[in-house]
Amino acid sequence: MGEFKVHRVRFFEYMPTAIRAMSFNAHTERLALARVDGSVEVFNFADRYFQEKVIPGKDAHSIEALCWVGGRLFSAGLHGEITEYDLENLRPKYSLEAYGGPIWTIISNPQGTHVAIGCEDGTVKLFEVLAEGVQFERNLDRQKGRIISLSWHPSGTRIAAGMMDMIRVFDVLTGHAIQRLLVDRSVGGCKSRETVVWTVVFLSDHTIFSSDSAGKVQVWDGHTGTLVKTHQLTKWDVLALSVSKDESSVVAGTSEGTVVQFQFIAPNLQQQEKEWVRTRTFKNHTHDVRALVEIGTAIVSGGMDTQLVVRPLLEKFEEKCFASGLRRIHFPHRNLVSCAQKARLLLLQFPGQLELWRLGESDGHGKPGDILPLKTKPEKLLYLKRKGKDHICCSALSSCGGWLAYSTVSSVRLYRLQTDNNISITKVPKLPKVLRSAHQLCFSSESSYLFAASSQSSVLVISLNQSECKYVHTLKPKSGSRQPIHLMTTSVDGKWLATANSDCEVHVYNLQKLELHCMVPMYSSCPSAMGIHPTTNNLTMVHADQQIFEFSIAEKQYTVWSRKLQMQGLHNLWLNRDTPVTHVTFNPKNPDQILLHDMYMFCIIDQSLPLPDQKTQFYNQMTLRSLSEQERPSHLHAFKVCKSFQDLMCMRLLDDQSLVVVERPLMAINSQLPAPVRQKKFAT
Amino acid sequence: MATLYEGFTLCGLLQTQNVSDSAIQGIELDGDSDHVVVTDTTRSVTLYKVSDQKPLGNWTVKQGQSLTCPAVYNNQTKEYVVVSDKRVIRVWRNEDLNLDKAFKATVSADVWRVHSALEGEPVVLFNRGAVRLLDALLSAPQQTIENVLSEEEIIRWSTNFVVEKQHFVLFTTEQKKMHFLYVQRLNPNTLHKYRLEREDSGAPPLSVSASLWDKRINLLYMYPNGCVYQSAVAVWGQAAALEDEEAPALPRTLLLRLPVGEGELGAASAVALDEAHVAVVGVPHPSAGTGKDFLCVWNTNFQTLQAGKEMAGRIYGQVWCYSGKLLVPHGKALSVIPYDCQKSSLASALGKLWKCGKEEPRSSVAVPSWNSLLYEEQPQGPARAVETRRSKLSRKSQSVLALTVDQVLELIKTGPVEEVQREVEALVSRGDAQDLQTSVGQLACQLVGRSQAESAFYTPGALAQLVHTQYLCHSVCPDLLLLALEHKDYFLCQLCLQLFPDIPEVVTCACLRAFISVLDGDVEMVSLEPDSVSFMEGLVAAGARGGQQNGFSPALYDEDSCDAHHQPRLHQDKTPAVQLEACPVGLHKAVLLNEVLQTPYSDSLLLPHLKDLNSQQVILFLQYLQFLYLKYSQDAYTQMPGLRSPTMTQIIDWVCLVLDAHFMVLVMAPDAKGLLKNLHFFVKSQVRLFSELGKIEDSFKELHRMKPSKDIGQYSIEVIELF
Repeated sequence: MGEFKVHRVRFFEYMPTAIRAMSFNAHTERLALARVDGSVEVFNFADRYFQEKVIPGKDAHSIEALCWVGGRLFSAGLHGEITEYDLENLRPKYSLEAYGGPIWTIISNPQGTHVAIGCEDGTVKLFEVLAEGVQFERNLDRQKGRIISLSWHPSGTRIAAGMMDMIRVFDVLTGHAIQRLLVDRSVGGCKSRETVVWTVVFLSDHTIFSSDSAGKVQVWDGHTGTLVKTHQLTKWDVLALSVSKDESSVVAGTSEGTVVQFQFIAPNLQQQEKEWVRTRTFKNHTHDVRALVEIGTAIVSGGMDTQLVVRPLLEKFEEKCFASGLRRIHFPHRNLVSCAQKARLLLLQFPGQLELWRLGESDGHGKPGDILPLKTKPEKLLYLKRKGKDHICCSALSSCGGWLAYSTVSSVRLYRLQTDNNISITKVPKLPKVLRSAHQLCFSSESSYLFAASSQSSVLVISLNQSECKYVHTLKPKSGSRQPIHLMTTSVDGKWLATANSDCEVHVYNLQKLELHCMVPMYSSCPSAMGIHPTTNNLTMVHADQQIFEFSIAEKQYTVWSRKLQMQGLHNLWLNRDTPVTHVTFNPKNPDQILLHDMYMFCIIDQSLPLPDQKTQFYNQMTLRSLSEQERPSHLHAFKVCKSFQDLMCMRLLDDQSLVVVERPLMAINSQLPAPVRQKKFAT
Repeated sequence: MATLYEGFTLCGLLQTQNVSDSAIQGIELDGDSDHVVVTDTTRSVTLYKVSDQKPLGNWTVKQGQSLTCPAVYNNQTKEYVVVSDKRVIRVWRNEDLNLDKAFKATVSADVWRVHSALEGEPVVLFNRGAVRLLDALLSAPQQTIENVLSEEEIIRWSTNFVVEKQHFVLFTTEQKKMHFLYVQRLNPNTLHKYRLEREDSGAPPLSVSASLWDKRINLLYMYPNGCVYQSAVAVWGQAAALEDEEAPALPRTLLLRLPVGEGELGAASAVALDEAHVAVVGVPHPSAGTGKDFLCVWNTNFQTLQAGKEMAGRIYGQVWCYSGKLLVPHGKALSVIPYDCQKSSLASALGKLWKCGKEEPRSSVAVPSWNSLLYEEQPQGPARAVETRRSKLSRKSQSVLALTVDQVLELIKTGPVEEVQREVEALVSRGDAQDLQTSVGQLACQLVGRSQAESAFYTPGALAQLVHTQYLCHSVCPDLLLLALEHKDYFLCQLCLQLFPDIPEVVTCACLRAFISVLDGDVEMVSLEPDSVSFMEGLVAAGARGGQQNGFSPALYDEDSCDAHHQPRLHQDKTPAVQLEACPVGLHKAVLLNEVLQTPYSDSLLLPHLKDLNSQQVILFLQYLQFLYLKYSQDAYTQMPGLRSPTMTQIIDWVCLVLDAHFMVLVMAPDAKGLLKNLHFFVKSQVRLFSELGKIEDSFKELHRMKPSKDIGQYSIEVIELF
């Protein structure tokens, strides 16, 4: 197949922030996750944990808790406001000041009619959930000391509140506190330090679980207000608790990075009476587990070490399947790097700034495996800080390197770039009024148009030239979907634009006629990457479940190769990969080649070669290397997988046929994390 | 062995007017074992941190004043004490900067020294021999001090100890060329006076040092003729009247007679490092001419020089020893030389390690040090006398009826077998460990002596019990094992082989010869140690089961068949292998032979004695070793961890030794042909094993090198190839 020069880039210092809160909507199987920088991510657990939506954060807007009410997502934080998110436009819908000081927690009642918040001033405030927002209803009896955690009894008539050194149980109807459970201070540690009840869980049999800063998980009887059992898990804090839907299992996450499971079982075989028994300990984190959800078949945890871990409970699975494997989600399932293939530039997107780099050069030639001497080193051309408080949600760089655009939830900015000799950047003034924010930005290949994904899956077309930029048209799908577009790509000939939205719809627009050309047949899994072939104008889509489709835009049908692939089926090793493909591109010099990558590998699909069947050795590069020239052809198959580069954020093919891979080693991320709590290790 | 490590200089020395005098008056330990307080002969006291070689503090008295005694550290109050101008006691703390502003007290008599022990408060010794606790003295500084010594008697050296919370001050005096040692106990005060015996030349001792071992004060003193004497000072003795009687002479033992070269020693000093080692400065190195500027460590048990080091420049005859370091002023510097003395024991003198591996913990008890062996024979000196008196007392209180050791010893000489047996057993079973240590040897020797004299007299039970105490070893009672062999007491032989760490190779060989040639029938009835018997039973039974596990058949012979020429002979070879499944010797005989295999030995000493075996014995022994080897290598027998069993290495070592000793005989003997052939395979398989292991090792190394350790920076351009 041949040799490639690879620009191996490790200067993208992407740093995900810690996970602060999670909430799982069992009905829609969506997990909402809040990070410390205030961003909210929504994962679709029915679709291979695909990161469907990302709502960018905002400065000084941290989130302490998330809760779903039906399909609506609420958050609250120390800024003292309740925020509801507009999941269709990926932005906060409104924020409501609660007038209770910083808010530590927010929960909804099981009936979905009210939310309760716990405030710094010691009040539990009830809000009624209305169609257009939430409305303050009343306060429960005000307590001395902040309310850290809340849990609603499944009947909706009682609320347990975790405070400093105690737990209160409220009667929701009267608003009076009816129980006061005192929590011990830490045993060995300093008695003067208050114990923070980080979480409480109220079960339907009136058992209350609490976890606190003294390292205990305690089981209380909510009727009598008595302590049933204390489990000392750690010397450090137990920060998170979660109960399974059937209330047979409770999991607790500690600062040591462990997750401990408690199960409601009979302690021995003969006994009928069940009790809560500490059963299993999982250690998947190096740092504090701050957020934890039991989703029936798995425990989902996240914390200071920024990764989301889905730990399956193996007794819930009959056979091996995708859901029975341990998953770790490190990187976002979207691109943070844009590449100008012609100008050899990389645009790196951070929440607060953009960085523009020019790649290095080398004229040496070498054998495979060599590292070539550099003629010029990579160069950071630009450091562009965003304006305003909102974090950057998307960015784009034109392939000629002459245009740069980024968007936050409140504004879009477009810049004219000059990078040849003296670097200059000019903001394009007076953007069209319609262009207020974009979910995705994309330049046409000739840099004559800017496409911005707007609300209700529509696309704004802006024409660009030296003197002005002008609104041309709004492309709208016929389906009437309200979901945001998360992928957008144009053809090289400038004729086609394809978009994909969270409803899994893929639309193809004709840019010459500025109208919808067709809609690709719906597939149940969300597309995670797509691209339009430069010569054949076939649209290649890779979905979150790893399926690959090739759709001929001209003929409005799947291509022969795609049908063949679907007939034969993809190799199991391909289907069982961990992370979704995040980019598809093509080799203009060799129309048979499709290049795609996920976090752990990149793959070149050669459509001229036979497809592998289940018996074929799928990862065959090592074998091929050891074979002689004559033997090789009989062993070739279409999928050429290279795993030399790990923790990939981006892979592109430059116009000079050299590859760019952007790696962000997890080791480098881990090394920047704060030190974990000190644990006694043997012989230290 | 003792080792002197590379030393380092702690500080430079001041030049004094008189070149032969040291600039250092004294060195004392601070509360910290890494700190020393150095007092020079003029006016200053310096505190050093030894490991950092740097001073932590320095205090000086005014011009015109002088320090007359080394500063000491009071560990209880964390204060330093020094005497200036003979009568002014100064006390200060670490944080005090100026000595002149520190606490001062003038006393009414000249002070000789202030001494401080780690556990007790400092004591003050006056020139005229009176002793006061520092606190008591400082509370009334002007109290009258009595004169203990006469005008002509001058203190030469002094020290103090705290033994069981009792303060003792020792000092030597000189009066009319006579030398005396005083031992002063405080609270209640008693004073002992001893006369130091005159050396022939009449010269005074060059140096005196004292050390405390086992709550016994040992005095070490050295004369200009190179003799180093040791005396044990009884601290608990009765008070002797001082004036009237002639002071008793202090019993002494000549520890070392050091080579002095030409003339007598000038400035030299000796200090005891432990029970067996003495460090000496200012004495010539025996193999390095007549220069006297050496620091040497001598082993007093063997009279051997263990380590030596030349010190540059003059030696002043001063040496101090604190916490594993020797401090020697020499030339213009004070050097610190760390040292290490290992306990010498029989085990370390033996060639092969005594019971390698798992048996270690048990054996450590059985290895007596030279000291205990040597002292056993000479229960003399006042301390020893005291000890026996005390133990006698305690024994008296214990039981009046039972006989004492001495009485039993008497009884052994004449008494009937049964009574002797009974009394020895009674003595051993009730005796406390301290007593037994000394008496077991005597008892055993006495018993063996009588048995040798009277062939009818033999007490196997009593001897076995004595051996069981583990206080016995071959050197203490060399005839015991041979006696047991003579009486065919195989149980006792086995015990001795197991428990004695120091059986000479000649005796080991004698045992081997006796065990091989004994008839199986004779041994089978003997009761032997059950553990070793059950080990052999297990081993033999494993063979009976077919020697296979998990369907694995040992491919010892098949492996070697890759050579096509050997193909036809192969089946013949297999037959002896099958026969070897049966143990060539009886069970109990095998047990005894195992004991021999596990005895420590050294190759070169064993080899000549092995030649004593005749060819039949050799062949039988080799067959047995081969049997063991096959059993072990078959994997069929998994060694039980608790049981005493020969290791694979021991077996192979013995095979090699026997082959070495009798190779020609075996080559010539026709009936040894098959055996030799088998052993040849045996060696081949070992070679093969090791070559395979070597290959594995190389492969692992290769794997290690393959691991790419290339450091990828922020950016690189690489070339990859896809197929």
